[in-house]
Parts: sequence; C-alpha cells; structure tokens
Amino acid sequence: MSDRAPGENAKPVPRAIVAGHGDFASGLVSAVDVITGRGTQLIPVAVPGLCAEDIEKLIRERMTESGVKVIFTDLQAGSCTMAARRILRGADDAVLIAGVNLPTLLDFVFADQMPAIDAARHAAERGRGAISVVGAAGGGGGGGGGGGGVKQA
Amino acid sequence: MTLVLHRIDDRLIHGQVVVGWGQPLDIRFIVLVDDEVAASEWEQELYRMGVPPEMDVYFLNVARAVDELPRLRADTRQGILLTGDIDTMRRLVDSGGITSVNLGGIHHRTGRSQRLRYVFLNNDEESALREIAALGVSISAQDVPGARPVPLDDILAGVAS
Repeated sequence: MSDRAPGENAKPVPRAIVAGHGDFASGLVSAVDVITGRGTQLIPVAVPGLCAEDIEKLIRERMTESGVKVIFTDLQAGSCTMAARRILRGADDAVLIAGVNLPTLLDFVFADQMPAIDAARHAAERGRGAISVVGAAGGGGGGGGGGGGVKQA
Repeated sequence: MTLVLHRIDDRLIHGQVVVGWGQPLDIRFIVLVDDEVAASEWEQELYRMGVPPEMDVYFLNVARAVDELPRLRADTRQGILLTGDIDTMRRLVDSGGITSVNLGGIHHRTGRSQRLRYVFLNNDEESALREIAALGVSISAQDVPGARPVPLDDILAGVAS
C-alpha cells in the first residue's frame, strides 16, 4: 500500500477525452473529480448544435492540443461516437471506449501507472461489470466493484 | 405499418434517431438515403455499428430510393426514412408519397443563419423548404418526440425560438 495521501499522486496531464450528449461529459468528469481529485486527467467535450463534421473537428482538435489517444463516449449510436470512429479510422495508436460510465472512468484515472490505452481497455472491463440490479425479486449483487462500484437500488 | 417518419438530419444515424425516436415508435428499420453513404462500404459499416441488432438499415442512393420506396412503404414494420440534407428530401418528395417532413437537425455551417437551436438555414435551403411545402407537404421541426413540433411557417417567420 502506498503511504501517499489520497490525490497526492494525481496527474494534471490529460489522458483522455470524454464526449457525449448534453452535459454528460462535464457531469461525469465532475463526478470523477469529486470522488478522486483526478478529474484533470479527463477533458470533457460537449457538442451542442454542431453538425457531424464540426463534432469530428472539435474532438480532433482536442486530441491534437492535448496529445491524448483515448476517447470515451456515451452512446454507441451517438454522434460523438460516430465522429470518434472516423478519427480512429486507420489510427493504430488510439482507442475509443463507447458506452462509458462512472466506474469505468474511476478505474481509468487510478490506473495512471499504465499506458493510457491499456488503462482504458482495463477500465472498460471494470465498467462493464459494475452495473448491478437490486430488489424486485431479482436478487442482489452481481457486478464487480468497477473502480469504486457503489451499488445503487 | 410503414415509414412513420421522414426526417432531415445532418447527423444521419445518431442517438436521437435510434433511441429518441426509435424506441417509442418501435422502429425496426431505417432507410438512409444519401448518395455518398450509399457509395461507401466504410460509411455504411460506421452507421450500421450504431444501431441495435434488431433494427435493419438500408442504404440507398436517391435514384434507387425512388424505385424502392413503394416496396419499403409496404413493409409490415415501422421505419424511418432519413436524409442528411434538404435537397435529397426534396428529390424524394418529388417522386411522390411523402406527406410530412420532420426537420430533426440542420446544424450550423458557414452561410446559414439560426432559426431554432438545431435548425440553421441558408437562403437556398429556405427556398427549398418553401417549395416542398407548396407541394402540400407538412413540414415541422422536432428534434425528439417530447419536443413541441414547430411548423415551418413559424420557423421562417422567426417566431419560434
């Protein structure tokens, strides 16, 4: 175990973009920061009123400015996901995780000793298992912790 | 059932279409009419990845769509016809059978001015919409089912916001 204080080792350098509908990205990044103090690893991108071309351009600009190679998006069919897929076309050094949730990002920001792409893949698996169903005769449990996986009714 | 929505949306297949309209209308197929997408396997695969497996997507250029629309309208499932621009929809309207058009998303681009949060038009596009309406087609803007439909007259008169 480390004897560092929580958040002491937080890296201010961005490691990923989070993009999605409405205020999804800023909300999720805010939640990550409240929980971990590591929200600065994530660049939230909102795309209100933009056409598909401008969404792609905006995400591409954010990637170029920051040098990040990881994109998290909210919805498989979302226009941010479509844009990210276009950006990643032919790119071997970047990764897209679509359908991101809070446990995924929590795992990602704590995996700062890993290369960002590897951390994203690992986090995606944790996030996938972090959804649980409780009550209504469905039994409890299921799901992993997923980087802090809080079970909710 | 048949094509229950004829939508102009420059994002083509995205969340509002697949989830926002797709789920409440029980949409089982999307007819995406776009000459560029119809000519590109890669583009088609991109859009196909965005829809759930129970939803079919048919990619057609305008010429083929004109031929196929009668058959597609006879489909027993509910579907959405989608174009990325006004001109494509106008060409389909000219072929007949379309009585209403939904403006779902025509976003900012150089030369366009804002009419609604999600509708920006240049002069040519405004004229094209007027021409479509003159054919007896009902045109309104509505990005998602829960939003209030805004009639074309209100959009062009600047009374909608």
